[in-house]
Amino acid sequence: MKTPTNTLTNAPKLADRAYNIRRNALRMGEVQGQGYIAQALDISDVLAVAYFHAMRYRPEDPTWEGRDRFLLSNGHYAIALYAALIEAGIVPEEELETYGSDESRLPMSGMASYTPGMEMSGGSLGLGLSIAVGMGLGLKRKKSEARVYTLFSDGELDEGSVWEAIQSAGHYKLDNLIGIVDVNNQQADGPSTQVMAFEPLVDKLQAFGWFVQRIDGNDLDAVVAAFDAAKSHSEPKPRMIIADTLMGKGVPFLEQREKNHFIRVEQHEWQLALAALEAGR
Amino acid sequence: MKTVRSAPQPGKSRLTTSAMIASIAAEGQKTKPAPFGHALVELARSRPDVVGMTADLGKYTDLHIFAKEFPDRYYQMGMAEQLLFGAASGLAAEGFMPFATTYAVFASRRAYDFIHQTIAEEDRNVKIVCALPGLTSGYGPSHQAAEDLALFRAMPNMTVIDPCDAHEIEQLVPAIAAHQGPVYTRLLRGQVPLVLDEYNYKFELGKAKLIRDGKDALVISSGIMTMRALEGAQALKGDSADVAVLHVPTIKPLDTKTILREAGKPGRLVVVAENHTTIGGLGEAIAALLMRSGVHPPFRQIALPDEFLDAGALPTLHDRYGISTAEVARQIKQWL
Repeated sequence: MKTPTNTLTNAPKLADRAYNIRRNALRMGEVQGQGYIAQALDISDVLAVAYFHAMRYRPEDPTWEGRDRFLLSNGHYAIALYAALIEAGIVPEEELETYGSDESRLPMSGMASYTPGMEMSGGSLGLGLSIAVGMGLGLKRKKSEARVYTLFSDGELDEGSVWEAIQSAGHYKLDNLIGIVDVNNQQADGPSTQVMAFEPLVDKLQAFGWFVQRIDGNDLDAVVAAFDAAKSHSEPKPRMIIADTLMGKGVPFLEQREKNHFIRVEQHEWQLALAALEAGR
Repeated sequence: MKTVRSAPQPGKSRLTTSAMIASIAAEGQKTKPAPFGHALVELARSRPDVVGMTADLGKYTDLHIFAKEFPDRYYQMGMAEQLLFGAASGLAAEGFMPFATTYAVFASRRAYDFIHQTIAEEDRNVKIVCALPGLTSGYGPSHQAAEDLALFRAMPNMTVIDPCDAHEIEQLVPAIAAHQGPVYTRLLRGQVPLVLDEYNYKFELGKAKLIRDGKDALVISSGIMTMRALEGAQALKGDSADVAVLHVPTIKPLDTKTILREAGKPGRLVVVAENHTTIGGLGEAIAALLMRSGVHPPFRQIALPDEFLDAGALPTLHDRYGISTAEVARQIKQWL
């Protein structure tokens, strides 16, 4: 990864965090020999900014009442979130080796009852924003300053429930809700835009009453600026960050794979992937 | 394959659907208005964590009574049942106790995955309260929740309740609030019959209650079928048939001890009566319990058939599908 060119003092540190998250994900992928690695690599920059710039939480107390909530709606991105939770010190690093194994707290698909720091059970798609609406309403009832971040995927835009939630968040003017949609244009059956057309996304979300930003989700400075703007925006509206990302980001030979929704990597390739990641720092 | 219906005969007088949809109460029957709405208001006075939520059916689930009393604790989620239950999970995660209402068909069929994943799997404290259970609507299968008990029985962590009347609904509201965890309860709304108050009955979560004893047959029933069974037993008295009625409002978890005790008494026909399809409801739950426990009385089921039910007026349909008082009495007599 290129070193960010702007003057934000914390940017280099965030780059290290993003690198560590990618490395953690690759190491977990190696345990299973397969996984949603390309997605983990594409979303690591967003997770680095969320966990090391934007959000308030206490690593030693994952259910601290004042924490910002982070909902992983796309449960198959669990490997990416585990990588971030390990980097954040919420999940001990040694558990990395248990990923997807019997008795592990890190199952292949993310579930709240298994993992410290996991706020919902995803896996079935299109659930997260609905829960976020309820949490947003609940936090307002409690007069809490905490925010609800919800990561979901462009493929989830196929689910009607996502639009039910988008409509209601606009209706209730949930300015404590920050959605992040990972637009990597890849879902199970092929490119998202071909499976089901979802553009123009900015116009649609704005029409639903959201404050919307569209950014390069692999440009750390842009991600930082988007999270800052989402938090400080003054209108009483829910906030959406549309993050265009590159599948496999940081490992060139994975970026170029045609079928990268669910990646199987040969044993020897994991070391190559880690080396490629290191070389691109 | 469906056959095309033939045109009705002209000139014949008929009951209309619209006259029957608002209430299941028979003409002249003692009723109470909106028992759920009033009980929830009562509960909410001492429980500030209670919030009411609905998917565009506040007026039709008696939640409007609560909404009027506590407008700032009422969430209208629009005609969006998936959102309703996802958001209920979110509010529960933040420490509130949502009472989320819709029709039983929409909770069971449309939002099943949302209830399964966001509420039951995480054991969230959401009370799901659903009107039009079983055959209590003349609108046809779109509104007839004949399968809801089977579906929610199958869901881990879920407590499932099928109350009989206004008296029971008033009592179950504080009882399910005292229970930590998700609950699915059927709801009778509007002018709701009042029956069990005359039997000194008290609802207890998870408990079956013998309402009436008898030596020839034991009817084990839930929901409005307990009312039918009591009326049917009364009608059969003239035929010298002595019929006991065991009311089982909590479908899950079952009160196995009481059911086995009563069903195990020798010399009685056991009939399970429910306002639900024969598949997967109280009848099959009890059949399995008896078989597993080695209790083998003569066993019959009164329940809706495994088919898409007709549209029409409720009294007509209840007769047609064997769940009216007259049909309950006729079937028991035939089996004795």
